[in-house]
Amino acid sequence: MTEFLQQLINGLSVGSMYALIALGYTLVYGVLRFINFAHCDVFMVGAFVGFYAGLNVHQTSWGGGVLIMIAAMLVCAALGIVIERLAYRPLRDRSKLSVLITAIGVSLLLENAGQLVFGPNPQPFPEIFPSRTFEVGGLVISSKDIVVVIVTASLLAILQFIVLKTRIGTAMRAVSFNSQAASLMGINPNLIISVTFGVGSALAAAGGILWAYKFPKIDPLMGIAPGLTAFIAAVIGGIGNIPGAALGGLLIGIIETFVKGSRYSTWTDAISFLFLILILLFRPAGLLGKLQPEKV
Amino acid sequence: MKRLLKINLIAAASALVLLTQSGCNKSAGDASATSNTIKVGEFASLNGSEASFGRSSHNGTLLAVEQVNAAGGVLGKQIELITEDDQSKDGESATAVKKLISRDKVVAILGEVASGRSLEAAPICQEYKIPQISPSSTNPKVTQMGDYIFRVCWEDKFQGGVVMAKFALNSLKAKRVALLTDVGSPYSAGLASYFKEGFIAGGGEIVAEQKFTKDDKDFKAQLTAIKSANPDAIAIPAYYGQVTLIALQARELGITVPLFGGDGWEAPELIEGPGAAAALDGCAFSTHFSPEQDSPKAKQFVADYQKRFGATPDAMGALGYDSVLALVDSIKRANSTDGPKLRDAIATLKDLDGATGKTTLDANRNARKPAVIIEIKDGKFVYKETVNP
Amino acid sequence: MFTRPRTWFLVTLAASAVLGYFQNQIDPYFADVLTRIGINITLAVSLNLINGHTGQFSLGHAGFMAIGAYTAAALTMFVGPTIFPASPPQILLLLWFMAALFAGGVVAAAAGLLVGAPSLRLKGDYLAIVTLGFGQIIAVIFRNIEPLGGALGLNGIPAYTNLFWVFAAAALTIYVITAMVNSTYGRGFIATHDDEVAAEAMGINTTRCKIVAFVIGAFFAGIAGGLYGHFTLTINPKGFDFSRSIEIVVMVIAGGMGNTVGVILAAVLLTLLPEGLRQLSGVSPSLHWISESRPLLYSILLIGLMLLRPQGLFSFRRSARVKV
Repeated sequence: MTEFLQQLINGLSVGSMYALIALGYTLVYGVLRFINFAHCDVFMVGAFVGFYAGLNVHQTSWGGGVLIMIAAMLVCAALGIVIERLAYRPLRDRSKLSVLITAIGVSLLLENAGQLVFGPNPQPFPEIFPSRTFEVGGLVISSKDIVVVIVTASLLAILQFIVLKTRIGTAMRAVSFNSQAASLMGINPNLIISVTFGVGSALAAAGGILWAYKFPKIDPLMGIAPGLTAFIAAVIGGIGNIPGAALGGLLIGIIETFVKGSRYSTWTDAISFLFLILILLFRPAGLLGKLQPEKV
Repeated sequence: MKRLLKINLIAAASALVLLTQSGCNKSAGDASATSNTIKVGEFASLNGSEASFGRSSHNGTLLAVEQVNAAGGVLGKQIELITEDDQSKDGESATAVKKLISRDKVVAILGEVASGRSLEAAPICQEYKIPQISPSSTNPKVTQMGDYIFRVCWEDKFQGGVVMAKFALNSLKAKRVALLTDVGSPYSAGLASYFKEGFIAGGGEIVAEQKFTKDDKDFKAQLTAIKSANPDAIAIPAYYGQVTLIALQARELGITVPLFGGDGWEAPELIEGPGAAAALDGCAFSTHFSPEQDSPKAKQFVADYQKRFGATPDAMGALGYDSVLALVDSIKRANSTDGPKLRDAIATLKDLDGATGKTTLDANRNARKPAVIIEIKDGKFVYKETVNP
Repeated sequence: MFTRPRTWFLVTLAASAVLGYFQNQIDPYFADVLTRIGINITLAVSLNLINGHTGQFSLGHAGFMAIGAYTAAALTMFVGPTIFPASPPQILLLLWFMAALFAGGVVAAAAGLLVGAPSLRLKGDYLAIVTLGFGQIIAVIFRNIEPLGGALGLNGIPAYTNLFWVFAAAALTIYVITAMVNSTYGRGFIATHDDEVAAEAMGINTTRCKIVAFVIGAFFAGIAGGLYGHFTLTINPKGFDFSRSIEIVVMVIAGGMGNTVGVILAAVLLTLLPEGLRQLSGVSPSLHWISESRPLLYSILLIGLMLLRPQGLFSFRRSARVKV
């Protein structure tokens, strides 16, 4: 029983991080109807920004950690906006396939540039928040896990608030429903899209920092695996749906953890994907998503 | 539009022609007879996940080549070392080695550190009858690929089945051990299975067996399962990249038993980073060489390496160094760089005095040498004991 | 260009036979590159059927390649020796190799059917995800099959592939796919690509077209995989991952989706490019950064292509049949 609960905790912790990354995917898809393959690499850049920022912050402290995280989020928000402007906006009217492939290209570009700039070898990530472990009745909970869950939940809440209760959030939802109609209502779709990318990338950066905090070895290719899993999570939850992304992230995190701790750990990736395919076959819009009929 | 087609076709054709031009010298392998250098090829992971190993072994190799050349070369000629970087990637080694053999016309191939990549190159070296000397690939399959494939180190049947097993049973006094394997790497999977064999044969019990793949960062799931089985120690026959994370997470989960592993641990990055040295304090691993080794040759090598590269060498560096010495010694004895003659000379290598001790190759083209156990104490690698074959 | 496809096919077949005969005279590195060109042509043209002509988005093509590679290798390494006498005549071995390649293609085609079936419901991005997932699942499955080497990979595959087989297979692929697409039946593929809803309204069974495209594309990818395995002599599940699929996708994009000749040229160019860069960086130590930047230049090429010339490098039709 202890093992079960411990695995559950492990799953929730890693699932929260997947949820955070999934949020970025879902946001962009919701507004632009396209999968930003480069998202996981912005995640990686966030971690590296944190690494370099961490070199200047000498003690491990709450304040320092928060500053590092904010710095990473700002830098990546800018990066996301730049990428959208340069690589995706020119292709706005082209077929979905073209943009998808461009996204793959950007992803590869970031990864390879990262290898040249940061060096391909894993770097140790500093401990940006103070940490300790707690023992509760046989279970071991690390403060790292608590930090991850709290930060994810807060960001999720903030995001929900922005999207549902603020004007810019309403504008984002309007653009995601019908971008032309939104522009007729006086909304500037380009601005909203830039904001969406900015927010999504900031979330990716936060995810990157937390990930690096938990697994303190970062390298330019670190985003590929969690990115893929988070992406599965986003689709499972219903891509375009914010609570869905969170749900999907937690679900996948838990499933993955239990499979990894079992005898079938080598089948983990296959099982995650299989789960995805099954969901898509029986609920094509994901668990919480709404089916969009194709209009001609 | 027809013009565009023509242009494109011409472009493709000229590319092919370019390749042909440089490809059309069909002079046979012994071009070295006419030139005044002896070309030796090396392929290594200078970048990527095993870069630490690749760069170490490359440095050792380079140092040896420089020293040999400074002393007059071999057979009156200087050695020209041509290095290709396989970037720790699968699939690159084969092409790199083919290029070295057929384009650069090397007389021998030195490489690689990782067993998986040595295995890729072996069939090619075997087919073109160019001897391959691996500095530190330890999976037994490597030399089984053919009689042109050699290694100057021991292999994992010895490392896993004897060294690690004995260490666990005798030094750690651990009868119940958990095994955590990286199924994505031939080295780890092989070492794990030999360790298991030897450990069980020595009376030990494997109480938990968990697996992971190379890119994994989160091992809490596997470690939690291991924790429930309550082992005396955990064997982690994997590469240094993951071992650090595993150790950190194990300590976070409250696992306090010692961890141990093989030569894949040996890199300064193992104990780099917040909490790494503390997490691994008291843990140990087996490897080929310790800079604190007592032989005069070893001490000289350490001093020379330090002077040339400004760092203390590790086992990979020492073995890279020895692989060159082995090759040079064999060229001298064969008095030629011709493939078959050179091969026969390497096969009869006996008592070569190198940085890692005396190397003699057995009938299976592996080296019989002692292993050393290195312990991590106070953030440093410290020599603990020697295990003889 | 292909006014007499059958003649082209037979001529190419003859040329491959000649190449194969003289293989030993050719510099091994050069032969290596040529072989890889041939295999890439087969892969690219087969993917072109799915992505280019039929407009579906498959990101898991390497999975079909893997299936073909492992199946063919299993047949030549394990099944062959058990049913043949001790030293079988050369001709028997060659026939068995051909059968093994074919079998690899068939099993891959079956997998293509499995992937094609869910495509009933999914469009565009979702299909891309599912195919990506399938590619990954196939890699994981092979990683777990111990008799086929598992994670360590399968070594010691007999070296049956030579230039004849490679170019014969490429020629066959080109012939079959071109003939099919240019036939009346083949119009269904193109209609599905251009506008699925309109095609359905015209009575074309777009689902059937999509599935057929997957199956045939997978079949030839399987053959390419079998050739690949008997060429590299070692296959590893990691070698058939997402990045391999992307490599093939880039060839199709660079060639111009739906443009067979373009895709062939792109396959040639993109196989030569890394080798060219390797040679260039070897010219002098100061150019060493080139070999390190190989993947980076690759990704820049991809983005540049999509932004500046999405119809492909070798598109020479004035009327863009491919809707970009």
